[in-house]
Amino acid sequence: MSSSTETIRELAAQEYKWGFVTEVDEDRVPKGLNEEIVRLISTRKGEPEWLLAWRLNALRRWFQMEREAGAPAWANLKIAPIDYQEIVYYSAPKKRPALESLDQVDPEILKTYEKLGIPLEEQKRLAGVAPTQTPKIAIDAVFDSVSVATTFKDKLAEMGVIFCSFSEAVKNHPDLVKKYLGSVVPPTDNFYAALNAAVFTDGSFVYVPKGVRCPMELSTYFRINAAETGQFERTLIVADEGAVVSYLEGCTAPIRDTNQLHAAVVELVALDDAQIKYSTVQNWYPGDKEGRGGIYNFVTKRGKCAGRNAKISWTQVETGSAITWKYPSCILQGDNSVGEFYSVALTNNRQQADTGTKMIHIGKNTRSTIVSKGISAGHGQNTYRGQVKILPGAEGARNYTQCDSLLIGDQCGAHTFPYIDVRNPTAQMEHEASTSKIGEDQLFYLRQRGLKTEDAVSMIVNGFCKTVFKELPMEFAVEAQKLLGVSLEGSVG
Amino acid sequence: MKTGKAENRQGFFSGRDMGRAAIGKGSMEKTAMALLEIRDLHAAVDGHEILKGVNLTVNAGEVHSIMGPNGSGKSTLSSVLARRDTYEVTGGSVLFNGKNLLAMEPEEAACEGVFLAFQYPVEIPGIGNAYFLRSAVNAVRKYRGQDELDAMDFLPLYKERMKLLEMDEKFMNRSVNEGFSGGEKKRNEILQMAMLEPKLAILDEADSGLDIDALRIVSGGVNALRNPDRAFLVITHYQRLLNTIKPDFVHVLVDGKIARSGGPELALELEETGYGWAEAEQTQALSA
Repeated sequence: MSSSTETIRELAAQEYKWGFVTEVDEDRVPKGLNEEIVRLISTRKGEPEWLLAWRLNALRRWFQMEREAGAPAWANLKIAPIDYQEIVYYSAPKKRPALESLDQVDPEILKTYEKLGIPLEEQKRLAGVAPTQTPKIAIDAVFDSVSVATTFKDKLAEMGVIFCSFSEAVKNHPDLVKKYLGSVVPPTDNFYAALNAAVFTDGSFVYVPKGVRCPMELSTYFRINAAETGQFERTLIVADEGAVVSYLEGCTAPIRDTNQLHAAVVELVALDDAQIKYSTVQNWYPGDKEGRGGIYNFVTKRGKCAGRNAKISWTQVETGSAITWKYPSCILQGDNSVGEFYSVALTNNRQQADTGTKMIHIGKNTRSTIVSKGISAGHGQNTYRGQVKILPGAEGARNYTQCDSLLIGDQCGAHTFPYIDVRNPTAQMEHEASTSKIGEDQLFYLRQRGLKTEDAVSMIVNGFCKTVFKELPMEFAVEAQKLLGVSLEGSVG
Repeated sequence: MKTGKAENRQGFFSGRDMGRAAIGKGSMEKTAMALLEIRDLHAAVDGHEILKGVNLTVNAGEVHSIMGPNGSGKSTLSSVLARRDTYEVTGGSVLFNGKNLLAMEPEEAACEGVFLAFQYPVEIPGIGNAYFLRSAVNAVRKYRGQDELDAMDFLPLYKERMKLLEMDEKFMNRSVNEGFSGGEKKRNEILQMAMLEPKLAILDEADSGLDIDALRIVSGGVNALRNPDRAFLVITHYQRLLNTIKPDFVHVLVDGKIARSGGPELALELEETGYGWAEAEQTQALSA
């Protein structure tokens, strides 16, 4: 066995850097899932009756699904059975701030976000910046089950942009929430979506009014802290006619030796001529080298181009989680609407990912682009699963799919499952796929030019992901590159 | 062919200028110590011995050509010197600048000044040539305790040397070797050599797959990089490359050993007689 193969193996050994626990008093509901728990969550959050009814309906459907079929088993994932009665469905930092000012947020939590490099203090961010200059990013921070802080709300409000926690939206903008909640991902959509609908706790809400181009990036940072707790957030973004918004999502969790569940739902709605760009850097705790612990990430993300010329673009960089089950999708209902999916998914050690997208073409001349880059190292298993569906009315629809896999070492796997369903003869489809291995040849070539093995691997992997990274907002792209480097460090010494 | 040669003499940058900029030290020790000293080198791949006791001394400023039939161990020798780990060294020693080369990782050898121009340069999709080469140059500079070059320092040098190798500036942002023709790949190797300024440049079948024009440019580039502080090991099956890159010494490698050594005239002799004699001697030796 040559030493560079061994070093490739070692690349998997990098430790998770965000694995600390914050000491903070928690207010949590008892373990378990039943009607009482759902009522308790709803009460804690001071929700209106209609939302409780919506939750309870979802819970009934979830129980039905669990009885009849159980959790979906079609994904290419090996998952130990999950006991849904052993999970805590609501946990909040006890000193619940009134959210009027950041001063009221538990300093421990502020410190946590600082450690993570997520600045929540507006003053600090603004220090030294000329008053006319617009800050680049507004952040909503979600800690376990609740949103603890949202920055730059006032600034955004001046332009009519609503950016707040989901709980606040329910209180302050009930009509909007009522109108769009569940309109893209109905509570009964799938097993995990139903679970989320029943017990979701917080998340972000965005509304960008007609003709407004949101002046800064909006961002939510999710942090799971409490043990035995699941995180079930729900995000809803609505871009009204001609509105443009770019939204970023990041996430981390402490190192724990038991698995934790994350089942989120994200719904996007783009009306006529609206554009939504949604970027994710997912870095939940992936478990240790032997596959102990780590987050189970079951996420339903879907966007609807409801109007003409609407555009929804998903970009994701998935490096964390023990299990990733996630298919950010687009329903291209409006004529001429555009859907995009750019993905980098990395599995190292014992991580498993089954991820991809669905592009449902309904309107005329709808177009979609899928670029998926899967990287497997260690014993990682990486699956691309994508569906392109052209319905009979989608005259002139077009899809381009490119799906590439990169293998590092000889213990990992890459799998591709494209589903193509075309019911209109005018549709144009293109599908390209490739699988390659980081070769000794490439590594040796770069090392012969003076680069260290780690830098060589990082360079090869970044080159492989380039078409996706260039879709990310600038600062995120730099982060993503670093993150890939870190996630692969040690897998090639 | 002849006009091509004349042109490259005119058209090229002066080797002396590049050489001075390139290394600027080391020539003092030249007389005291060989740049490369290979002693009784044995190497195997998958347990199969390919080099069977190679001896070779190369001084700074010299150009040595290693010739030999296919399978004689030419590429193995270059790979071992560049520290490729698919080859197992089973005996002997190699000193480079007085240091034990066989104890070095490939990147260390590179930083110490060993450059291998690959017979088949590798493609690195998604990574631009300029970015890649600047990373490499900076890795070497860092190793040598020099300041790293930022893009502003690097690009003018890079562009200048690209021009000298008759490469279009569009190359800068194309992915490393991706979609390059054979000639473009070889020129890119010489460009990298020009930027990395090695002490020992090993050219592994630099002429394979080249048409006359590309050959002219590649050998012109090599000639321009010749200087008193730099040595070349030109590995080639055919004599034609040696018409333009004139070696000081020619060695014939047969079955893992240097069977004959001589001056440039040896290459011409081989052109006429081929390698048959060497193989015949080998067979005789084996049967005896």
